[in-house]
Amino acid sequence: MPPIISVSNLNKSYASGTVALDDVSLDIEQGEILALLGPNGAGKTTLISTICGLVTPTSGTVTVGGHDIATEFRAARSLIGLVPQEITIEPFETVLNTAKFSRGLFGKKRDDAYLEKVLRSLSLWDKKDSRNMELSGGMKRRVLIAKALSHNPRVLFLDEPTAGVDVGLRREMWELVKELRAEGVTIILTTHYIEEAEMMADRIGVINKGRLLLVEEKDKLMKQLGRKHLKMELQSPITTLPDSLADYALTLADDGGTLIYDYDTQAERTGITRLIADLAAAGISVRDLDSQQSSLEEVFMTLLEGEVA
Amino acid sequence: MNWRSIWAIYQFEMARTFRTIAQSVLSPVISTVLYFVVFGSAIGSRIDAVDGISYGAFIVPGLIMLTLLQQSVSNASFGIYFPKFIGTMYELLSAPMSFIEIVMGYVGAAATKAVMIALIILATSALFVDLRIEHPFWMLAFLLLTALSFSLLGFIIGIWAKSFEQLQLIPLLVITPLVFLGGAFYSASMLPPFWEVVTKFNPVLYLVSGFRWSFFGVADVPVGISLFAVTGFLLLCLGFIWWIFRTGWRLRE
Repeated sequence: MPPIISVSNLNKSYASGTVALDDVSLDIEQGEILALLGPNGAGKTTLISTICGLVTPTSGTVTVGGHDIATEFRAARSLIGLVPQEITIEPFETVLNTAKFSRGLFGKKRDDAYLEKVLRSLSLWDKKDSRNMELSGGMKRRVLIAKALSHNPRVLFLDEPTAGVDVGLRREMWELVKELRAEGVTIILTTHYIEEAEMMADRIGVINKGRLLLVEEKDKLMKQLGRKHLKMELQSPITTLPDSLADYALTLADDGGTLIYDYDTQAERTGITRLIADLAAAGISVRDLDSQQSSLEEVFMTLLEGEVA
Repeated sequence: MNWRSIWAIYQFEMARTFRTIAQSVLSPVISTVLYFVVFGSAIGSRIDAVDGISYGAFIVPGLIMLTLLQQSVSNASFGIYFPKFIGTMYELLSAPMSFIEIVMGYVGAAATKAVMIALIILATSALFVDLRIEHPFWMLAFLLLTALSFSLLGFIIGIWAKSFEQLQLIPLLVITPLVFLGGAFYSASMLPPFWEVVTKFNPVLYLVSGFRWSFFGVADVPVGISLFAVTGFLLLCLGFIWWIFRTGWRLRE
């Protein structure tokens, strides 16, 4: 299947000289959830805004559903729903009218049943006649999503969807995103919460200083760059490490009750067998073992540090 | 042409008008009534007929023009400035619409509201003075053309403005003085010769004059020139708006 979005050699420089996007190329597959991860000001929002037509690129091309965003902007844009980062809705209008307006704006025929379904799925149906200004922050954010979904988009952009959102709502949003994916909607979300990317994404793109550092399947990414920690609970605490164990990347924790071994899962040898033998030789006995995959956060930091170096 | 999108904007804007119907309609009607009381009855009774028309009736076209220009500019400028102010502009810019469609929606709604109010004022004035309309077709044509071109001007102001103060600036500093000095309340021929020439440089004179001609058949300037002037202004505004959307001036980064 051809990619639903294809970005090639996209550049954006502002008049001030700031380079917001530096030769970004990216294919987004139909039906996937792609998380764009990066620190503040990395270029995530600029990338999304360019695809949606809010920012004019300096050079490069983007197609959505095979339609060029400049020459066939109508066909391209009608496939896209955008949920912006800031809460921006008409304060005096009702929830239902706001969604109706968005649907009309995208040239779609009036469909009250569909809008009811969207509002119900976002728990907004009870509030359909309330004015937007009367809603809580979380509900306003849901209205933004309802607006974006009002015209049956094939691609949904969520720019920092859970920034400043409480835990309950965050979980609800994650559920919603999964439901949408099940319906075949492609979802691109930006976040700087690594937990979010880890929870939801199929693939992860890391952006920093306008450059797309990598795009990789989440599991593969974590395997590739992931390190593991082996926690060893000792029978009896030790105060210092014997010299025979000096070559291992070991740290003592819990007042000498736990030994932590850091190793690379991708290395030819993990060194675990040898370590256990050497521990036994040094007279240290282990009561329990626990190994942990390093989190995406560490992966991310490793990448960014690599950038700086 | 994406008519559904245009209709969506038009409807949304008209809904705003009807939500605030009291202030939308009542305040221009009250101020017009005040003008009639002050200029038409109190002062007007001491002024001779102008060009054979009683002063009260003479000022009706000027009063309607004054309101029409103010309403067109302020409706359209507010209409497009508000999404900028609250941040919903992103939706307009990411919608599958061309610039001309966005303009049609906003300007169409602004002009409709302005014409509605102008007609209400016309009806109100009929209660105070004896009105006759010699060329009803041309009266409507002038109403529509003026409402459209000044709504386009308002749209430009709304895009240009970076604050509510700036939004008020042009209607207050430019439109109102031009209408007052454009023969809304007098005939240019009543001025000393020097000022009569100066007035000819005021674009609003051509509007008021043409509009007054459609009522009474008398004009300060030939009606053809009036029509030419308002059409020219319309095209000028359209050209400027076309440039705004082409370059993304104050809209796109």
